[in-house]
Amino acid sequence: MSENDRDPKSDAEEKAPEQEAEASDEVAAEAEDEAKKAEAERLAAEAAEKKRLAAEAKAAAEAAKPIWERDPSPPTWSDADDDELVIALRSAFPDAITSARSFEDLTLVVTREAVFDLAKSLKEEHGFTYMVDVAGADYPDREERFEAVYHVYNQSTDRRVRFKVSTDEDTPVPSLTPVWKGCNWPEREAYDMYGIRFEGHPDMSRILLWEGFNGFPLRKEFPVEGIDTGSAIYPEYYEEAQGPISGDGTGWKVPKKPPVPPAEETAAEEASTEGSDSDA
Amino acid sequence: MSEPAATDTPTLFDVKEMELNFGPQHPSTHGVLRLKLKVDGERIRECYPIIGYLHRGTEKLFELHPFFQNVPHTDRMDYIAAATSNLAYCGAVEKLLGFSTPPRAQYIRVMLCELQRISSHLLWLATHAIDIGAMTPFFYCFREREQILDLFEEYCGARLTLNCMRPGGQPYDLPIGWLDQCAEFAAKFDACVDEYEGLLTNNRIWKQRTVGIGVLPPEVAIDYGISGPMLRGSGVNWDLRKNRPYECYHELEFDVPLGTNCDTYDRYLVRVEEMRQSARILTQCVEKIPDGAIMCKKPRVIKSAKETEVYSSIEGPKGEIGFYIVGDGTAIPWRCHVRAPSFITLQALPELVKDTLLADLVAIIGTTDIVLGEVDR
Repeated sequence: MSENDRDPKSDAEEKAPEQEAEASDEVAAEAEDEAKKAEAERLAAEAAEKKRLAAEAKAAAEAAKPIWERDPSPPTWSDADDDELVIALRSAFPDAITSARSFEDLTLVVTREAVFDLAKSLKEEHGFTYMVDVAGADYPDREERFEAVYHVYNQSTDRRVRFKVSTDEDTPVPSLTPVWKGCNWPEREAYDMYGIRFEGHPDMSRILLWEGFNGFPLRKEFPVEGIDTGSAIYPEYYEEAQGPISGDGTGWKVPKKPPVPPAEETAAEEASTEGSDSDA
Repeated sequence: MSEPAATDTPTLFDVKEMELNFGPQHPSTHGVLRLKLKVDGERIRECYPIIGYLHRGTEKLFELHPFFQNVPHTDRMDYIAAATSNLAYCGAVEKLLGFSTPPRAQYIRVMLCELQRISSHLLWLATHAIDIGAMTPFFYCFREREQILDLFEEYCGARLTLNCMRPGGQPYDLPIGWLDQCAEFAAKFDACVDEYEGLLTNNRIWKQRTVGIGVLPPEVAIDYGISGPMLRGSGVNWDLRKNRPYECYHELEFDVPLGTNCDTYDRYLVRVEEMRQSARILTQCVEKIPDGAIMCKKPRVIKSAKETEVYSSIEGPKGEIGFYIVGDGTAIPWRCHVRAPSFITLQALPELVKDTLLADLVAIIGTTDIVLGEVDR
């Protein structure tokens, strides 16, 4: 470090007389300006050099530290276009993969049209037999806001691949349950939470919430405190996200479509079914 | 509630199938699992699990809090194995933010997780045995489980919802004397497992109720994405502690027990052997644990990188617990999805119980080792 300190100083000293000599050839007034300029430049160069050295010293000190005392190193994504698997998949399914990047796991963005065949090929030809997980995700700013994210393992090569399909509120995504049986419930969960519809799924119904729940709770616009379940249970009587206890804060709110005769009927029906349930 | 299927001439012997509601308030469903069964006499023809009675919207809550405040939510998912859920979440956040844990913290984590694995397996064994009709193992198992919970209490003050890890390291160092107590427990635990095995392993009734019941072929298990002891009971050598080592597992020696017959009895043997291996890991940890820091250097403002997603998983007592976290450049996860092993395992239940006897259903639910808090989240 001490050697490094010495070098830049001597460099600067060497430069300075040369520049002064050049300046002496010019007119005196200009020469003064030039000298001032050169001086300023010299100082700036010195300061920059010092800064660089300080940064180097800091980096060296950082590298000498144990890994847990260093600054955090967030994920660095690299292009995965030259990955063998990506090349093989691209040659089999041209235009299927719109983006491929990698940080620990290979991440592919796949088009809706090609995802089923690509998944099949991943399982049957590339050995990704083990289904890990399916997750939904919501990005309201995008053109196609929803994403279904699949994770699959190849147990013989210990490799994990993540592939994503995007969709909007109306377009269904092909279900991969026929490929991996394990996609069944996670896909139902993605439907339940986001409203992503999976085409070809054997049982596309809600799983964690009850059938008839009004809304998809993991969508970003869904309020965290929840909605009044009045509209969730009786969508025909209450406006969306409204119900008997929400509204003006006075407590009970008159529903927009007063359920005068049907409400009694349903109430009576409910009472009777409840009664029979408890009897049994 | 039962209802005979519609037939032309409904006599007593014409009744073929009837619908039976099993749960959600049935003690042998281990929580609030409800099964809609179609039974033909004692045979189960169809089984449709209905879940969600314990749904608390954990994934929505994750999107509300900064990374560091989400750890307590993970306790409440698998509430009988909180430490492993903590580790899975912290591991994913560390990967997202780029933290590396100091070795002492890694050892503390592994010790807590192995204790948690033993306690989870003990609770499973106790309840599984009670479901099948063996009352005695319950008392033996809870004797040791109590000691583990005491160790947890001494470490972090809680017994079940531990909240004992933070992204980047451990919140507290080990209390004085904790390692000795842990070593003492690990040393005598093998003899305790012998006691449980003495009660069950060669017990004729136990074998009659478990051998050949709930056969899960390995290829089916892989297709369903089943992990953990359920998968290893089917003879698939897949343990994330070995296959994708995390924390300090690569420095520790242990065996991965495998089953051969893919049935309930083999899964029982696998879990019992896993308990022994966990005790072995504990002994090694007590010997090897280094001194030093327990928390990594953290920036004052913690923010994730933009457009980053990570998936990180660990081997929990029930299988692979994974977290898929998407960072959007703020201090709050944009999306945090949980890969809950119980949820994935439970979807194979209809196939496992098809055409078995109703009495075996209880044994099969027991052997899947589900926690409804994790299934429903």
